Amino acid sequence: MTTLGQVATGTPTPRRRRSRGPLANRSYPHWFLLPGAAVYAVLFIVPTFASFFFAFTRWNFFSIQFIGFDNFVTFFEDPQLTRGFTNTLIFGVITSVVKVALGLVLAVLLTSGIFARGYLRAVIFFPVLVSTIGVGITFRALLDPYDGLVNKSLAAIGIQGPGWLTDPNLAIFSVIGVDIWKGIGLATLIYMAGIVAIPRDYYEAASIDGASGWKNFWSITVPLVMPATTTVIILSLIGGLRSFDLIWATTRGGPGFASDVIASVIYKQYQAGYYGLSTAGNVILFLVVAAIVLPIFVWLNRKQTDL
Amino acid sequence: MKTRSIRGHVIGIIAILVSAVIFLVPFAFLVVTSFKNVQEASFLDFTWPREQFAFWENVVAVFQTNDFQLITAFINSGILTVSSVATMVVLSAMIGWVVSRRASRWNGLINMLVLAGLIVPPAVVPTIWVLQGLGLFKTMPGLILIEVAFGMSFCILLFRAFVGTIPKELDEAAILDGAGPLRLFFQVGFPLLRSVIVTVIVVQAVTVFNDFANPLYFLPGAENATVQLTLYNFQSQYQTSWNLLFTDILLITVPPLIMYIFFNRQIVSGLTAGAVKG
Repeated sequence: MTTLGQVATGTPTPRRRRSRGPLANRSYPHWFLLPGAAVYAVLFIVPTFASFFFAFTRWNFFSIQFIGFDNFVTFFEDPQLTRGFTNTLIFGVITSVVKVALGLVLAVLLTSGIFARGYLRAVIFFPVLVSTIGVGITFRALLDPYDGLVNKSLAAIGIQGPGWLTDPNLAIFSVIGVDIWKGIGLATLIYMAGIVAIPRDYYEAASIDGASGWKNFWSITVPLVMPATTTVIILSLIGGLRSFDLIWATTRGGPGFASDVIASVIYKQYQAGYYGLSTAGNVILFLVVAAIVLPIFVWLNRKQTDL
Repeated sequence: MKTRSIRGHVIGIIAILVSAVIFLVPFAFLVVTSFKNVQEASFLDFTWPREQFAFWENVVAVFQTNDFQLITAFINSGILTVSSVATMVVLSAMIGWVVSRRASRWNGLINMLVLAGLIVPPAVVPTIWVLQGLGLFKTMPGLILIEVAFGMSFCILLFRAFVGTIPKELDEAAILDGAGPLRLFFQVGFPLLRSVIVTVIVVQAVTVFNDFANPLYFLPGAENATVQLTLYNFQSQYQTSWNLLFTDILLITVPPLIMYIFFNRQIVSGLTAGAVKG
């Protein structure tokens, strides 16, 4: 198994003394890299670099005009677009934090001697497999302000439920809740794999020293599942900051633009024919993801090697 | 000891109840609604159908919508998933194989590009611009290559890690027997990679099959719809026909569900790679 960390630090593959340099290398030719590299370069690297040019233009495939930073100014002056920016941050941060906390607790529960473990694991993991659009549509029905099952249940115990997806102040948080519902199974599974890999000896030694369950959790489990935590945080941040499908299936960024994120703004501007502005959104999203994920990534990896 | 197991049982029962409410009820709601006729479904009640058990009628209706668009969509999704996953597996296995076996000065650059592929959000309109330049926009081959380009990073990561665990002595024996690089890879390497290949295939097949954003952007048009886009297309058409919408969700969840039942272990090991340092 590998950690994401190996990619960043570029840990070289251990070189064997016995391999005979050039002769051995001839069996692993560089042209093996070419087909994949060609597809990747043309459809991923070229568009990514091109986006840094097109973001500074007014563009619609037929005509192009260089307008400097205008698109970026628009992005941060227009309240609709600014809202998308802040919502992206809220979405990414809250979903990651909750998935880390809840995922770890559920994983501890599921690796303890609890019964019906198989059932619980299957139930929690199942939403990961259902298409995001399907989940979004299902929750649109469940969260309907009048007929939805959630508010009908709340009404039965005398609480008037809010308009989960129709209240402008609440919509983004409801979508965050649905995202956690869908993604928590994956976080839990990753943590379970991490916990199972912790040698039992640590807990035995701790119990001889008289450590309680709570102390075990904080001084053994939490530090030793750090690789799993890194994976969960990075995956949730990358997924959360780029999230589009779920928002599109539940609110389409509405009501108004209250639950727009950068990814949905990119789509809306593309549909409206503002290709330059849409691409500027892409560049901003790229910078946001890089500015948040890379430092955390480096920091978590350093912490990991300190142990 | 005894009090402990009692406590364990209490926590277990609570966990089962809570998980049933949170995870099973939405799914059960989806299923019972797909059994109802339009009027009954519109109340959004969580009940067994009272008026009519209309599941079969709903399935027929969903298939007939827009001149059997769902059938076209299943064919499109099938072609997309099989072609892109097959291409992805071969291309990334070749890269993972060479990168892991050979200490080359390119490895640093390759690692950086793999990481970039995982983190950087694809630039939508410039990608369309490139596809148009190649004459691949709105074509199935174009979308297949897009899925390959976006999915390769994850595959390379898994392959590279796995190749590292295969002893090099096996290669050396084959090289001494005079095997060229292609024979070495396809006849020695590929069979040894079988378990990780299955993992990659299953995880990527579910991902590509459930993909919504890429077909939406790069393969628009009703005749090109993939299964996820049928949901999107039917949504405006059905308005409040929740029974049909939910029947469609159920139908397109069947392939991933089958994958999960048969390849549970591979999915789990593929998705949790990275949880353990080693």
